[in-house]
Amino acid sequence: MFVNIVILIGLVCAALWTVMTRSLLRSAMGLALTSAILTIAMFRLNSPLAAVFELSVCTGLISVVFISAITLTHPLTQTEVIEHMKARMRRFWYLPFLVISIGIILSFVRIKFNLPLPGAEAETDVRNVLWGLRKTDLLGQVVLLLTGVFGVVILFKESNKK
Amino acid sequence: MANLFILAPLIAVIILNLPFKVLNAGFAVVFGALLFIAQIFLAIFPSFYPVCDNMSLVLLLCIGIVSLATLTVGRYTIKDDSKMFIFVNLLLLLSAGANGIVTVKDIFSLYVFIEIVAAASFILIAFNKAPAALEAAFKYIILSTVATVFMLMSIAVFLFVAGDTSFTAISEALKNSPHSFLITSAIAVFMCGLFIKAGLMPFHGWLPDAYSAAPAAVSILLAGIVTKTVGVYSLIRVVTSIFGFDNSIRQILMLIGVVSIVFGALAALTQSDFKRTLAYSSISQVGYIIIGLGCGTPLGIAGAVFHIFNHTIFKSALFVNSAAVESKTGTTDMDKMSGLAERMPLTGITSVVASLSAAGMPPLAGFWSKIIIVAALWISGYYFYAVVAVLAGVLTLGYFLSIQRRVFFGKINKEFSAIKEASLALTMPAVILALITIGVGLFFPFIFNRFIMPLAGIFGG
Amino acid sequence: MNAQALHLFWAFGLSIAMLFVIGFYCLFATYNLIRALIGLEILIKAVTLLIVIAGFITNHTALAQALVITLIVVEVVIIAIAVGVVLGIRANNNSLDVRRLINLRG
Repeated sequence: MFVNIVILIGLVCAALWTVMTRSLLRSAMGLALTSAILTIAMFRLNSPLAAVFELSVCTGLISVVFISAITLTHPLTQTEVIEHMKARMRRFWYLPFLVISIGIILSFVRIKFNLPLPGAEAETDVRNVLWGLRKTDLLGQVVLLLTGVFGVVILFKESNKK
Repeated sequence: MANLFILAPLIAVIILNLPFKVLNAGFAVVFGALLFIAQIFLAIFPSFYPVCDNMSLVLLLCIGIVSLATLTVGRYTIKDDSKMFIFVNLLLLLSAGANGIVTVKDIFSLYVFIEIVAAASFILIAFNKAPAALEAAFKYIILSTVATVFMLMSIAVFLFVAGDTSFTAISEALKNSPHSFLITSAIAVFMCGLFIKAGLMPFHGWLPDAYSAAPAAVSILLAGIVTKTVGVYSLIRVVTSIFGFDNSIRQILMLIGVVSIVFGALAALTQSDFKRTLAYSSISQVGYIIIGLGCGTPLGIAGAVFHIFNHTIFKSALFVNSAAVESKTGTTDMDKMSGLAERMPLTGITSVVASLSAAGMPPLAGFWSKIIIVAALWISGYYFYAVVAVLAGVLTLGYFLSIQRRVFFGKINKEFSAIKEASLALTMPAVILALITIGVGLFFPFIFNRFIMPLAGIFGG
Repeated sequence: MNAQALHLFWAFGLSIAMLFVIGFYCLFATYNLIRALIGLEILIKAVTLLIVIAGFITNHTALAQALVITLIVVEVVIIAIAVGVVLGIRANNNSLDVRRLINLRG
């Protein structure tokens, strides 16, 4: 239980750092860090396959996508950067206090939970569930990936007329 | 095993992308057209392939018709052949996703197919990379993903309660579980997510921008399929199959419906861009559908589904007209146009027919669906909402007549006096859709017994 | 629900709520398009954690993992398309500032 609390505090702090940090590149790295801590949390919750997927896809692929997007769009010049940072802090400095206060308020809320839990599941192997029960989802994933391919082809093409 | 309606467009896309010389844009268009005609045929005569109930069949018919119209309009408004090829592929994938939405019986699969339709429509809105289109696409992405997050939150809570994500399992669990704040808030949050996706007020922020900035063919697609299946059909299916109609859900639906009707109509009166007016009019008409749903009686739901069909037909006709006007005059700003009817007679006539159907003029189809909804409201005792619905019909007539006056009637503008009627591909869909709306209106008693009452039967069971 | 599961649920639920606050705040208070996408990502991570904890407490870990895997695939495609749109906006406007997107009026 104590390990869980440490992981959760790490998760929230990593997300907070991701949002509040000044440069975009550090933000993308913070996102990767958040994904990594989320992976550890998922391992602790008996979901190893989902954790591995999250690690490889979110920490790896999405961070690469973000970093390539950030480097493809040229960063600001030096004076603009300093101006931007000062203006930014004015908007963002009270986020940590907001988060901590909401956390404290919510921890005092005591809602009763008498929900009956559902019975044991019929199929306990993830691979069987994914291939057997959720075939429609897999079909949907194939369609979505094809859509993504066409989208990337059309959207990432440099405009020749410029 | 799997659903032919989802598999067929997918296999078509795979076939179209094999490395053979003959598979170019023209072939793709013909192939896609055949597929959509097959879908229309299967939707009207379901005994060949029975896979879903009547409400889904109506939606499948709508999807087929709108896809065919979009394909035709796209063929003549997209000039580049390689782009046309990608457009047909994306259209096929979007129709696969939309077919998936209307035929699944599982709430998580519903989410996956909603995301497919959303992803395809993001790409299609940003298709020609105009500045306004890209901004509209970005706004839509943000709002759509926020709605997705809401829906997923609720799905997690339903997983908590029911242990499975199919419609029957969740509805069983919700019936048997005690009243709890968590479940009520999960239902409310899920419905908020669907309201954002359906573009109802006050969550409509993305809709006018997306409809007006998208390319002409894509606007038809957005108005006809995306908001209907993703937002409205999902709402109807989820409320009738899972949540059930208790009083608070009815109140919320009717309130949001009435706000959408009234404020959508008022906003449509003040616009000066043709497509934007049609977008606000769509918000208003979807409000009618939601108010019919909120009524809760079988007649109300039947009226709502019938209005989905009618709205698809006449709104697609109007957007095809706007595509024709845009292709010939180069603009959608109504202040610059006037008197186009004498140069573009077919476009003018079809837009008049579609506008009158939208405003609920007998004997066109729109009149019947509005009468059913108003009657359902009156019978259930919601007198205030019925009166508001009827009065909003007057507003609808108002803004449509204003469009007609500004665009089509009056003296012709000097710079447009040399234009000719739009090409066949841009008028034939509008003519066919107008004929459908006249036909459905005239043969209504026959349709009522064969199609409408079975729709009501879904709820009774 | 036994007491230990309840405690676990509370701890995780609290952190998920805080992640939601962080995500929404990032989404609404930023002037940069890419940071808006990062805010969306944080929201999706919060929902992923919510699904996993729901699966853990009801002991349906297999179904929850299947859902999470599908969710991650969907999210990747959406983010890829969003980045494509952002690159297109940057090519038109030469900046990623939300305040410069004035082409559409209300």
